[in-house]
Amino acid sequence: MRKIGKQTIEFENMPNIISSYSIVGPKEGKGNFSQYFHKILDDDLFFQDSYEKAERKLFLTATQEALKKCDMSQQDIDVLIGGDLMNQIISSNFNARELQAPFLGVFGACSTMVESLIVGACLIDGNGFKNAVCVTGSHFSTAEKQFRYPLELGTQRPPTSQWTVTGAGCIILSSKDSNVKITKATIGKVVDWNVCDVNNMGGAMAPAALETLYTFFEDTQTKPDDYDLILTGDLGKLGSEILRDLMEFRGYKLGANYGDCGQMIFSNEQKVFQGGSGCGCVASVLSSYVIDRLKCGKLKKVIVVATGALMSTISSQQGDSIPCIAHLVLLEGKDV
Amino acid sequence: MEVFERDKKYNEYLNSKIPKTKPWPSLFHAFWIGGLICLFGEVIKDLLMLIPNMSVENASVWESIILIAIASILTGFGVYDKLGAYAGAGTIVPITGFSNSITSPALEFKREGFIFGLCAKMFIISGPVIVCGVIASIVAGLIYLIF
Repeated sequence: MRKIGKQTIEFENMPNIISSYSIVGPKEGKGNFSQYFHKILDDDLFFQDSYEKAERKLFLTATQEALKKCDMSQQDIDVLIGGDLMNQIISSNFNARELQAPFLGVFGACSTMVESLIVGACLIDGNGFKNAVCVTGSHFSTAEKQFRYPLELGTQRPPTSQWTVTGAGCIILSSKDSNVKITKATIGKVVDWNVCDVNNMGGAMAPAALETLYTFFEDTQTKPDDYDLILTGDLGKLGSEILRDLMEFRGYKLGANYGDCGQMIFSNEQKVFQGGSGCGCVASVLSSYVIDRLKCGKLKKVIVVATGALMSTISSQQGDSIPCIAHLVLLEGKDV
Repeated sequence: MEVFERDKKYNEYLNSKIPKTKPWPSLFHAFWIGGLICLFGEVIKDLLMLIPNMSVENASVWESIILIAIASILTGFGVYDKLGAYAGAGTIVPITGFSNSITSPALEFKREGFIFGLCAKMFIISGPVIVCGVIASIVAGLIYLIF
C-alpha cells in the first residue's frame, strides 16, 4: 500500500471482492435494478415488530447470505466493518452483536459503504487480515422517523427531496484471488459550501463529490474517459447534473460513462423526485449490479464515489450548514 | 473571503437549478380537496340539525368531533398521508389536518412505549400550533378587555 498524490491510496496486494449480497424493500424491487438484487422483500417490516428491527434484520440477512455465497461461517470473519444512518449506528451494532465478530463501526452517512471498503481494503493490504466483511444499509421508515416527519403525516415532499432506500448490501473482501479487486481509493475531506437546505441533499453533496473525484484524477494523472463507469452514490438527478457542471468547470468533462446510483435506482414512474438516497442506495447497487458486471467482464474499471451529508437534525435546526464528504474506490475486473 | 464568495456564487447557482413547485396545480388541488372536506362538514352539520332539539352550537361541536374521528381513522388506515401528498394545505388547514398531525406521531412512536413514546410524542407536530394558538388568544383577549 502506498500513498499517491495528495489523498489517494494505491493497494499493492489488491484486496479482492469474493462475495456480495444485496437485499432491498418492495419499492426498490420495482425499480431499475430489480433483476440484479439478490433478494426483494414483499413487506418492508420484514416480519419484525418495528422498522428499526427490520433494518437490523436486513443487515443480518445480507451478511449471512454473503458469507454463505463464499462458504464462510461467521466464526471465520476477521473483521466486520459497517455503519448506518441511525443514531449511534444501532443497526450495525446490533448486527455485530448477533454475528459475534470483531467489529469496527464507521459513520460516513450515505458514503459509509465506500468508507467501510477503504478501511477493509487497508487492513487486508497490510497482510494482517484474511478477510473483511463490509455491510451497510438504510430503511426508509427509520430514516423518516429520525430525520423528518411521521410516516402517516399528510405532508408534501419538496421537489428537491430524495427517497431513502430500504435495503442493505454486504461485500466481503479477501486476500484470496478473485475477478474483482479494489486497486485504489481516495479518502475524502469534509466539504461544506454553505448549503443549509436539508431537503436538497444532492446540491449540498455535489461539491464533496467534485473535490474527491477531482483529487483522484489529479493524483492518478487520469481522466474520466479512462474508466468504464463512474458512479456517484446518491446525488440524485439534480445533484448529478450539478456535479457534471462543476467537473466541467474544473476541466474534467464527465461523459456518458457517468451515472448516479440514487438517480438510477428508482424508475421515473415511481415519483421519488430526485431519486434514492441513504446508506442502502450505493450499498445495494454496488453489491448487485456493479459487482455482477465486473465479475462477468462487462465492466473493467469502475470508480465509485459515495457521498454523505454529515448533519444531524440538531445541527440543522441550530442553523448550521451541511458538511458533506465523499470517499472513492476504484474497482477493477480481470479479463474473463 | 474567497471561500465566502465561492459559497455565495454556488448557492446562487443552486437556487437557479432547483425545480420549483408549480403554484397553480398545487392551489387547485388544495382548493378542491379542502373545499370538499368543508362541504362534507357542512353536510354532517345539516344532518345533525335534523335531530329534534339540536342547537346550532351543539351541532357544530359534534361536526368537529366526527371530522376529527374520521381523519384519525383514515390516518390509521394509511389514507390521509396520500391525500395530504396530493392536496397539501387543503388537508392541513381544516380540523382534519390537526387530527392527522396528532394521530400520525402517536402511531409512529407507539413502539417506544405508552408514556414516553405515544403520550410524549403525540404533540410534536401540533404542539407549536397549540402554543401559538394559546398565545394568540391571550393577546386577542387582552385587546378585547382593554378596548
